[in-house]
Amino acid sequence: MKFSESWLRTFVDPALSSDELSHLLTMAGLEVEDLSPVAPAFNQVVVAQVLEVVKHPDADRLNVCQVDIGQMSGSGTPVQIVCGAPNVAAGLKVPCALPGAELPGDFKIKVAKVRGIESSGMLCSAKELGIAEDASGLLVLPADAPVGQSIREYLDLDDQVFEIKLTPNRADCLSLLGVAREVGAITGAATKLPQVDAVPSTIADTRAVVLDAPAACPLYCGRIVKDVNAKAPTPEWMKRRLERSGIRSISALVDITNYVMLELGQPLHAFDNAHLEGAVHARLALPEEKLLLLNEQIIAVDADILMIADDAKPLAMAGIMGGEESGITLETRELFLESAFFAPAAIAGRARRHGFASDASHRFERGVDFGGTRRAIERATQLILDVCGGQAGPVVEASAELPARQPVRLRTARAEKVLGLPLGAERIAGLFKGLALNFTQEGDEFLVTPPSWRFDMEIEEDLIEEIARLYGYDNIPSPAPRARMAMLRQPEAQRPAYRIRQMLADRGYQEVVNFAFVESAWEADFAGKTEEADLIRLANPIASQMAVMRSTLIGGLVANLVTNLKRKQTRVRLFEVGRIFHRDASAQPVAGYRQPWRLSGLAFGGALPDGWANGGRKVDFFDVKGDLEALLAPAVLRFEKLDHPALHPGRAARILLDDREVGCLGELHPEWVQKYELTAAPVLFELEFDILKAVCVPAYAEVSKFPAVIRDLAIVVDRGLAFQALIDGVKQDLPGLITDLQLFDVYAGKGVPENKKSLALRIVMQDTQRTLQDSDVDAAMQQLIASLERNFAAQLRA
Amino acid sequence: MDNLKQIVSEAKAAFAAISDPDALEQVKARFLGKSGQITELLKELGKLPPEVKKTAGAAINVAKTAVESALNERREAIRKAALAARLAEEALDVTLPGRSEARGGLHPVTRTLERIESLFASIGFEVADGPEIEEDFFNFTALNTPEDHPARSMHDTFYLQNPDGSLADKVLLRTHTSPVQARYMQAHVARYGQLEKMPEIRIIAPGRVYRVDSDATHSPMFHQVEGLWVGENVSFADLKGVIADFLRSFFETDDLTVRFRPSFFPFTEPSAEIDVAFMSGALKGRWLEIAGCGMVHPNVLRHAGIDPEKYTGFAFGMGPDRLTMLRYGVNDLRLFFEGDLRFLRQFA
Repeated sequence: MKFSESWLRTFVDPALSSDELSHLLTMAGLEVEDLSPVAPAFNQVVVAQVLEVVKHPDADRLNVCQVDIGQMSGSGTPVQIVCGAPNVAAGLKVPCALPGAELPGDFKIKVAKVRGIESSGMLCSAKELGIAEDASGLLVLPADAPVGQSIREYLDLDDQVFEIKLTPNRADCLSLLGVAREVGAITGAATKLPQVDAVPSTIADTRAVVLDAPAACPLYCGRIVKDVNAKAPTPEWMKRRLERSGIRSISALVDITNYVMLELGQPLHAFDNAHLEGAVHARLALPEEKLLLLNEQIIAVDADILMIADDAKPLAMAGIMGGEESGITLETRELFLESAFFAPAAIAGRARRHGFASDASHRFERGVDFGGTRRAIERATQLILDVCGGQAGPVVEASAELPARQPVRLRTARAEKVLGLPLGAERIAGLFKGLALNFTQEGDEFLVTPPSWRFDMEIEEDLIEEIARLYGYDNIPSPAPRARMAMLRQPEAQRPAYRIRQMLADRGYQEVVNFAFVESAWEADFAGKTEEADLIRLANPIASQMAVMRSTLIGGLVANLVTNLKRKQTRVRLFEVGRIFHRDASAQPVAGYRQPWRLSGLAFGGALPDGWANGGRKVDFFDVKGDLEALLAPAVLRFEKLDHPALHPGRAARILLDDREVGCLGELHPEWVQKYELTAAPVLFELEFDILKAVCVPAYAEVSKFPAVIRDLAIVVDRGLAFQALIDGVKQDLPGLITDLQLFDVYAGKGVPENKKSLALRIVMQDTQRTLQDSDVDAAMQQLIASLERNFAAQLRA
Repeated sequence: MDNLKQIVSEAKAAFAAISDPDALEQVKARFLGKSGQITELLKELGKLPPEVKKTAGAAINVAKTAVESALNERREAIRKAALAARLAEEALDVTLPGRSEARGGLHPVTRTLERIESLFASIGFEVADGPEIEEDFFNFTALNTPEDHPARSMHDTFYLQNPDGSLADKVLLRTHTSPVQARYMQAHVARYGQLEKMPEIRIIAPGRVYRVDSDATHSPMFHQVEGLWVGENVSFADLKGVIADFLRSFFETDDLTVRFRPSFFPFTEPSAEIDVAFMSGALKGRWLEIAGCGMVHPNVLRHAGIDPEKYTGFAFGMGPDRLTMLRYGVNDLRLFFEGDLRFLRQFA
C-alpha cells in the first residue's frame, strides 16, 4: 500500500513529523517499508509565464525570453531569461528558477550573461527539478497555474510517499480511509472522513440486479450514468494522488474508480452500459464458461468462480477482473457502475490459481468493508459527474445476508495471562475506545462487536492482539522467564550430531551444505536412478538443474570438488550431513517419501597436506576406510565388495554394522571421473547418519596382570583370498588365549609364487589367571597354523 | 718420593692430551695397569724396611688416588664433549612446519546452529526434527492456514510431481520449520495427554526449508530454527524475555536493542516480527529483521489436542543464516551454499 502523506493528512493530521508517523505505523504493525520525498530538495522556483520569445542574436539554439514571474520580481515587471529548450513559446506557463535558487545536484542559479545577453534565472524541465525523467523540454504547467507561486507549493512537492507492507489480516488498511482510522487510533488525532452525500438521480434508468449466489455476493449496488464524456481529462490533483500511490493515470473514468478504491478501500467496476443486456447477475460460473479478460487473457473459469453476467453472457470475474468486451473505453457514453461486497471465501485463491493478481482481488480476498459499499458508489458517481458530466440514475441495491459480526468476549484475566502483563479492565476499556470499537463491559468482561471493516476479530486472541498492539509491544516487559527446573536427559549411549561432525572436521574434512534438489543426471550417475518413475521431481523448480530431489549426497560433493579444483584447490576433503529422498509407499511420517539422514564424504588429493615432511602419497581407499573405522570406533565395521553405480567396481565396499548394511565406500567410477573432468578419482563414502550417534557405554573387563606373549607368523595364501574371510574362518578355531591378531604386512611379488600373497600376522596371547608357558604358546600356535592350513591351504613362509 | 709427584703430574698431562675414550684407557694402563708406574711402585713396597714402608705406602696411595681422580675427571670431560657433539649433530630446525593432517571445519551455519542449540539447551529446550518433504496439512492446515488463505501466497511453495507427472497435491517442500511444532505437539499429547497435567513442551527445531525464491538475499533452500514453549503460564512477556536473553547471549553483547513489532502469522496471535539493532559496528543503528514469533494460536493448540484455556505457549522462527551473516560479517547469503573451500575454511 503506497500513498501520499499529504493526502493522508487531509483525513488525519497528527502533530508528528513524517519520520515519527512512520515509526508509529511500523510499531503498530503497519510496517513502513519506504518513506521517500516526491521531489528532491530545491528552492526559489516559481510558476512563470513566458511573454515573449526572440531568437538569440549570437546562438542558433537559444532564445531570449521575457518572463512574468509575478511579484517575485519585486515590481512585477518581467525578467529576461535566455532559454535553450526546444518547446519554449510565448504564453506557456513553466517553472522558473530565480537567481539564488539551488536546484538538485547542487546547481546554483545566478544572474549571468549567456553569449553576451543577460539572463536572470532559468526555465526548468521536470528532470532539472528532479521530479521526472523527462528532459526533452520545459515542464509545461496548466494555463491556470498562478504566476509567482512557489512550484513546490503549486505541485505539492513537499510531500512524502509512504509504502506500507500490510499483513493479510489488515485489509482494512488498504485505503487512505483505513490508514487514517489507524493513525487516529494510535495517535488520538481527530479523523476527518470525506463527506459523501447521496447523489440524487436525474434520470430513471436502472438495471435489475439478481443475486444468484447470495453467500458469495450478499450485497450489490449498481447504477446507470448516462451522457458521460469519457475523454474528459483527469484533474491534476487526482492524477498526482494516483501516481504517488503507484497507479498510472489511464482515463478519467478508470482513474475515478481507482481513486475511490484507494480512498475508501472499495474496488469498483464500470461496465459500458451499451454492451449489457437485461439484468445483472452475480452467479457462479457455468460449465465450460470462458471469458476474455481486460488483460487480454482468455480464461476458462472453474465452477467455483463467482461471475458477473447479464442475461446473455458473462461480463466479469467478480471482484477479480472485468471482461474486455463490456469494459469502458474512451468512446463510452453510458456506464453501469458496480460497487459490491464479495465474500473473501468466494474470491480467495482464485486469481492466484489463474496466475495473476489484481488490486480488486487482493482486497476482496482479505475482506472489504461491507458497510461502505453504498458510500463508495455515491462517491464515485459524484466524481464522475464532476469530471465527466452526465446524468445519474438511481442506485439499485440487491442484498442478502451479510457476514455476521458476532460479539467477541474478552476476559481481562485471559488477556493478562497471555500477555504476561497486569492491565486492568479500565485500561482495556480505554484502548477499545481508542479503536472506536463498539463494546459493552460487565466487570472484567467485555463483549466487543467488530466493525464491518475488520475481518480479523473473531476470537478473544484477536482482541488481545489489538490490546497489545495499542498498548505497544515495546511497553510489554521482558522478564527472565520462570519455569520448573529440570535437567535435560542426555543419554550417554548417544553422541550429539555435533560430536560426529567435529570428529570429521578433526580428520581434515570440511563441512558443506548443498541444495537438496539436483540435476536428474546426478541421480542417474550416482544413484543409478535412470527410470523417471524413481525420481522425485519438483513441479515448479527454479531451474532445470535443480529439478529432482536427491537420493544421494554424492552428486553435490562431486560438484563441490569440480568447483574447488577450478579455484586451484588441490587437496579437497568434504562432508555433508543431510536428508536424502526416496519414493517409498510405506514411509513414515510422510507416506510415500522416505527421507533419512545421511553423512557423505569425499577425499581427493594428497593423503596429507602438501608439506616438506608429508610425502607425496595420494589419498586412497584405505585412508578413508581408516577415517570411517575411527569415526565408528569402538563399534567394528565390516566391509564387503560392492557394485555401486557411482563407484569403481573393484574398489568399492558395502559397509556393514552388526550385519546390517549402513553405507558404502569407494573410488569414484572412472567413467564419472572422465565425465566430470576430474584429474583423478576421489574416494567417496555415504553412511546412515543415525548409526553414528549410537555408542556403547563402557563396561569394565579385567586387565591381565600376567605378561602377554607375542609371536609373528608369515603365511602364503591365494592372492584372491579376502583378509576378512581369513579372519572369519579362523575365528571359530581360535584358541582362547589368543587375544589379538593383527595384520602387519601384505606382500606379493618376488619370492612369493604367482597368484599367491604373503600375509604377516602378529599374534598376541595372554591369560588373566597365569603366566603362559612355552608349551601353551607353542600349542596355540600349532592349532592356529593347522586351522589356516586346513581352511585356506595356507603355507608357512620360510 | 719426588718421583711420585712427577708421576702424578705426568699422568695428568697424559690424560689431558687424550680426547678419545679408548686411547684414554690405554694411557691409564701406563700408570695404573699391571705394569703401570704406580703398580710397580706398590710392588716394590714390600722390599722396603718396615719403618719406611708405612709412610711410603701412604704416599703412593695418595698419588694413586690423584691419578685415578684425574682419570675420572678426564673420562667425564670426554663423555660430556661427546654428548655435546651429538646434541649439536642432532639439532633440528624447530621452525620447520609440523607434520600432520590439516583440520577441516564445520559449516558456518552449523556453527551457529550448534550455538543456538546449546544456548537454548541451557534453559531446558530440547532439539526436535521433522521431515523436509512435508504434508500440506502440517505445513499449512494444522498451522491455521487453510487452503486459499491469503497467507499461503506469502510462501512461494515448491511442490512435487507424482511419477505420472501429475501434481502431488498433498505434499510439498516445507516452507518453514513450523510444521515440527504441529507434529511435536501431536506426539506430546499422544504420550502425555491422559495426564492431569502435561509436562511442558520446550523445543527448538533447526533445519532446512525451501521457497521458490532466488536472488542476492534469498536462497531457494535456507535454514530456520523453530522454537516452541507450551505450558500452563507461558506469556508474551516470557517470549520477549527469552528472545532478548538469547540475542544478547548469541551476539555476546548487551550493546544491542531488540524490538518487537506487530505482525501477522496465521499460527500465532498476537504475532510479532523481531528486529535487532546494534549500537556500534558497521550496522550501527539499523533495524535488522531476524525472526517472526508470537503466542501459539488457539486453533493450532486445538489441532494438536491441547486445551488453549489450560495451556498457552509461544513460538518463534528465526533465520540462522542471517544470524551467521551478522555474527561473522558475511555479506552474501549465496556463499553458504557454494561449497567454496576458500570461504568455508575461514570458519574452521
